Amino acid sequence: MKKNNLKFFIPESESTLEAILISSGISAGFPSPADDFKQDRISLDRELIKNKEATFFARVNGQSMVDAGLDDNDLLVIDRSLEPGNNKIAVCLIDGEFTVKRLKVEKSRVWLQPENPSYKPIEVNEESQLIIWGIVTNVIKKV
Amino acid sequence: MFALIDCNNFYVSCERVFNPKLIDKPVVVLSNNDGCIISRCDEVKRLGIPMGAPVFKYRSVLDDHGVEVLSSNYPLYADMSHRIMSILKRFVIDIELYSIDEAFLSFHGFENYDIYSYALQIRQTIFRWTGIPTSIGIAPTKALSKIANKLARRYAIETKDVYIINSELKRIKSLKHSSVNDIWGIGRRLSKRLEDKACYSAYDFTVLPKAWIRSNFSVVESRLQQELIGESVLKLDFRKNKKSIATTRTFEKPLKELKHIKERAATFVVACAEKLRKQGSVCNIMIIILRSNFFRKNLKQHSAIKIVSLPYSTNSSLVLNSQAMHAIDQIFINGIEYKKAGIIVSGLSQINNCQLNMFDQEDPRHHNLMNAIDNINFKYTDKVKFGNQDLKIKWKMQQNFLSPQYTTRLEDIINVI
Repeated sequence: MKKNNLKFFIPESESTLEAILISSGISAGFPSPADDFKQDRISLDRELIKNKEATFFARVNGQSMVDAGLDDNDLLVIDRSLEPGNNKIAVCLIDGEFTVKRLKVEKSRVWLQPENPSYKPIEVNEESQLIIWGIVTNVIKKV
Repeated sequence: MFALIDCNNFYVSCERVFNPKLIDKPVVVLSNNDGCIISRCDEVKRLGIPMGAPVFKYRSVLDDHGVEVLSSNYPLYADMSHRIMSILKRFVIDIELYSIDEAFLSFHGFENYDIYSYALQIRQTIFRWTGIPTSIGIAPTKALSKIANKLARRYAIETKDVYIINSELKRIKSLKHSSVNDIWGIGRRLSKRLEDKACYSAYDFTVLPKAWIRSNFSVVESRLQQELIGESVLKLDFRKNKKSIATTRTFEKPLKELKHIKERAATFVVACAEKLRKQGSVCNIMIIILRSNFFRKNLKQHSAIKIVSLPYSTNSSLVLNSQAMHAIDQIFINGIEYKKAGIIVSGLSQINNCQLNMFDQEDPRHHNLMNAIDNINFKYTDKVKFGNQDLKIKWKMQQNFLSPQYTTRLEDIINVI
């Protein structure tokens, strides 16, 4: 028999913690007219975290990505399950340090592009060890 | 088919995900209170530093090789473990969480699929999503999957960390490549006894006469033999609740005074009782352990274990506490410097199906009192304590080399430039 490669479906793993209590109990009074319209309260966790097993947070340290809206001390939401690709903002490990930059892929060359004119792009060459740690999906900032 | 998935050097791997400086360096992680080495990277294993080695004994070796030494960061490891187990549940339905870094999977119903490449896919997903490397052993029985796992790890380059025993030839070859020590559940003492009988490899163990095993060992070993022959007798264990609960600690400084020992024991009892109530269990056995520091050979040594059979099944901190204090009075010896104490509760049953006792019953008010205490302590973190607890002394764990709680405290998340 021919062996197939298994395709798998990823179930939704939403937590139900944010749900509000629907039941208005058994009472003799008129039932709440809003009962049929109740919905889950907006949850930022659900909005910002698409894959909670692969999601991590990091703090921005410095100005290298200000033009992309990443300011010093901002909070980054990182999803490690996303495919890296050209123009994506990624947290990378280069030469033993964490850095957040925009990925630039041109043919066989890879650059880590800062978003601040006073910073130089970093070319990834054969000697430098690059690990793409995760893709930045959201920036959270205090106002 | 069963699979055993094991995280490679789990605690060290967790630390390396968040601290890139550790990636190319030898690293060890220490037990609670920084006493023993409980996780080692491969480089350290090659230096011949054994699992559980007391750190002071290997101080100079560690220093000579520039080994990074870290305290255990359980909030981090628990979170990473939880992530990995959740990922596994996306791939297989039947899964037994065996320990913080191991799980058995059942591939029942996957017979027409290429399990090997599916396992590679599981491994790759876990690595991508969490950064933790794993190895997977697949075989027709649980005991064989453990063997396959060890081989996957030992010959990582050839196996790509996944090894499958799916033929009689492979089964025999695998067992011949494994020592009796590698067999699941065969401890050092047992393997010594087997080696005395010229039984060295796991294969030798499978060809010993069944009757001989049954008369010289227990039913556990004869089941293991069946499993290694390829007959599956052990199923996945889905029991959520634990069979026993233990809280044991090594003290930061040795304790000589009875009241200090009692304070520690009371705190451990309260921790155990809380865990019992959390899983809705009661216990009928409590074990109290006291031990001096074995490594201080010049001091008077004492090690005592007292097993208390309780008059009725309980999870009341009050009942357990008074029993433990009584036991400590009996075993404590004046003049000994105690280094370690522990409480284990065992003989657990669910609160609603425990056996009633003819004469002794628990005061029913305890149940409500414990509920109230648990609620307060949950809300205000450990405000209600017992009279013999605390003594206004700061008991803190020795964690001199603790890494940040990267995934469970917002102040501790990684920084990126």
